[in-house]
Amino acid sequence: MRTTRRSLIAGGFAGAALPWDMALAQAPAGGTLRIGMTAAAVPLPNGQTDQGGEGQRFVAYTVFDSLVFWDLSRADAPSRLVPNLAAEWKADPADSKRWLFTIREGVKFHDGSPFDAHAAQWNFEKLLDSSAPHFDPRQAAQGRSRIPSVVKATALDARTLEVRTSEVDALLPYGIAWIVMSSPAQWEKVGRSWDAFLNAPSGTGPFRMTEFVQRERGVMVANKEYWNPARRPKVERLVLLPLPEANTRAAALRAGQVDWIEAPAPDVTASLRGARFNVVTNEYPHNWVWHLDFTSPSSIWRDVRVRRAANLAVDRDGIAGMMDGQMLPGVGLLTPSSPWFGKPSFKIRHDPAEARRLLAEAGFGPRNPARTKVMIPGQGSGMMQPLPMNEAIQENLREVGIAVEYEVMEWNALVNAWRAGSRDPLSRGVHALNYSYFSQDPFTALIRHVDSNLVAPRGTNWGHTVDAELDAVCKGLRETFDPAAQDALMARGHQRIVDEAMFLFVAHDLNARAMSPRVRGFVQARNWFQDFGTVTVA
Amino acid sequence: MLLYLVRRILYAVPIALAVGLVCFMLVQIAPGDPINAIVPADAPQEVVEQVRRDYGLDKPLPIQFGLWISRVVQGDLGRSLATGRPVTADLVSAVGNTLTLALVAAAIGFVMGTILGTVAAVFRGSVIDKAAVGLAAAGVSIPHYWLGMVLVVLFSVTLNWLPAMGAGPGGSGDWRWDWEHVRFLVLPALTLSVIPMGIVTRTVRGVVMELLNQDFVTTLRGKGLRRGGIALHVVKNAAPSVLAVMGLQLGYLMGGSILVETVFSWPGTGFLLNSAIFQRDLPVLQGTILVLAIFFVVLNLAVDLVQTALDPRIRRA
Repeated sequence: MRTTRRSLIAGGFAGAALPWDMALAQAPAGGTLRIGMTAAAVPLPNGQTDQGGEGQRFVAYTVFDSLVFWDLSRADAPSRLVPNLAAEWKADPADSKRWLFTIREGVKFHDGSPFDAHAAQWNFEKLLDSSAPHFDPRQAAQGRSRIPSVVKATALDARTLEVRTSEVDALLPYGIAWIVMSSPAQWEKVGRSWDAFLNAPSGTGPFRMTEFVQRERGVMVANKEYWNPARRPKVERLVLLPLPEANTRAAALRAGQVDWIEAPAPDVTASLRGARFNVVTNEYPHNWVWHLDFTSPSSIWRDVRVRRAANLAVDRDGIAGMMDGQMLPGVGLLTPSSPWFGKPSFKIRHDPAEARRLLAEAGFGPRNPARTKVMIPGQGSGMMQPLPMNEAIQENLREVGIAVEYEVMEWNALVNAWRAGSRDPLSRGVHALNYSYFSQDPFTALIRHVDSNLVAPRGTNWGHTVDAELDAVCKGLRETFDPAAQDALMARGHQRIVDEAMFLFVAHDLNARAMSPRVRGFVQARNWFQDFGTVTVA
Repeated sequence: MLLYLVRRILYAVPIALAVGLVCFMLVQIAPGDPINAIVPADAPQEVVEQVRRDYGLDKPLPIQFGLWISRVVQGDLGRSLATGRPVTADLVSAVGNTLTLALVAAAIGFVMGTILGTVAAVFRGSVIDKAAVGLAAAGVSIPHYWLGMVLVVLFSVTLNWLPAMGAGPGGSGDWRWDWEHVRFLVLPALTLSVIPMGIVTRTVRGVVMELLNQDFVTTLRGKGLRRGGIALHVVKNAAPSVLAVMGLQLGYLMGGSILVETVFSWPGTGFLLNSAIFQRDLPVLQGTILVLAIFFVVLNLAVDLVQTALDPRIRRA
């Protein structure tokens, strides 16, 4: 082999190219899982963390635990609630505003202090009681909105927690699943300071956080004494790296600096697969829709024929192709495999001829198009690729006789418009708003969109939907404690929403992640949250 | 000189106050609600209003500004809305990281720019001159973030020589000036250096070219001074103009690395600003912009003082 100047330089660089992270290169036997998150900062390890679903996934349910959790063991069915730190729970038959949670025995925080009902009470106080010394406005801002009906939680004894609600709330366990438990003893030990707690967090979760540098990394080690053997981690360490820029995440994966990235951009997934990275997807409760306005006299969406026509005009398979298969065609707020999907008679499909017929019946056509203005984001959390997707929809709708004008908004401003409602000046007179929804429980999947008691700004029924049947379903859901009866009500409500085409249904996100072939054993649950206990890194 | 220094520092005070007012108001004008950084998007209205009160965001803007500026003069930039942590603590660490990156990028850019500019001026009109001018034009024109991504694809993904992102094996808190750490700095610093390199090349070329045509250089040659001696005179005469440009460029590097730091996940002020912008984290935005602006003012002051020291005619003017 001839030695050239170029090969010498290359050799010099290559020789100098030691592993990027020596500490990681010398990781212990169980392996280290390094995850590139989309968040710009490591979620706060205080308990009720920030950063939305990603914070809950990577910190709340790794370092901490909730009383009620999701069954994340299956990839082939939607997740259901399961006991966690609470071994069981029930509403008091004599007083349905009173719930009793039986606390699991033998669970300890990472600092060695025991978890019991008194600790659980302390954790509810940190969110709800602003006069408590351990009240934390940061955690309260995140947690209170998940349990708006809860008035008070009281430990009746070490194993029994009583939770009182302001109104009958059969959906309480779904809210309780968000609330995670921090260690009161550790908070005392670090000087009764939540800021200090961040640097020495203690929960009961399957991982213990050992290093927290907010905008750089969070390092966790496996909790070998974790109370639930099924979720006891197989990896030794879990490292979280905030990488908000999609190209940086993909480059870090390719360069071997991370083993797993969240949300790879659709335009890189094919090349990642080609480079032998695994791109895993699964359906989960996350839909992408146009939320329609029913209140303005000029809104074309008040006519069900126009709503159905629009839903028949959209070529969802075409959009899925554009997204490199990172979505399922949206046929409702839920996927057909959900037990809450129901049996709608209106079948959502691509049928432009039928769309034209319906529009003609409603008095519209190519020469007299139905006109609408829609607020869309340039980009945004969970919004997939809003600009190209909306351009495709605009073209599909134009072909059948619906002329769409877009008001492109910055994401944060669009969130404000969504919260304010379609009648508010913030919504700028648009008749639809493009949004993507977490739809994991009855409240987020259905009630918040269609309950007339939650018309914006009181709630997030943006389009002022008022429908007697859906109101009855929402009331029933809040008052029905039998899970099977709740499922039946959800199916009835969802069926009504699809039959009335109350949204423009476009996509169900498939929650893509890309990972190195060294990562094994991951079961992608049909859920926003995932279990990292099963994962190994070769 | 002392009077001049005091006068310049006094000039800087109203500038800093005006910067404070502008950066407070600018982030208020931007669309969006800072409350979105604190509560989940679907939080009930009463929770949103309660949190708004908790954080003092329900108060009129003049009162919010008054409270903010009164804390700022005491060195307290408030707490991040998104994380609840003190802005000053986040900023101290971010400014240190950005300074590391900016100084290395400046060193590369200024040295390269000076060499290229001088060579181009000496060999005016030659192929070397055209190549240097072309390189300078490319440096100024190529978008930072694009170049950064290309360098990552080449050196990190394809050749696997250098890391694609991050600030060292143990993070920026564990930074050391050895190859193990410096390798993380190479690509972002190179990316960031191309604009100052281009601008300094053009400036040095113009100034040196002009000086070389001046009578005093001909006189020096006539007196038999060698190239080294002439260069010394040219450098001394060129220094004030070139220093002014370098000072400005260093200021831009401190504030203008937002895209480069995002591409490389370098935990500096740019990365901090980027996340604060998306989260409408007003205290972080206001604090970071204010600190960067004051840095810019101080840097300009320092450059003026150095210029004055090098060329007393400036002080007299």
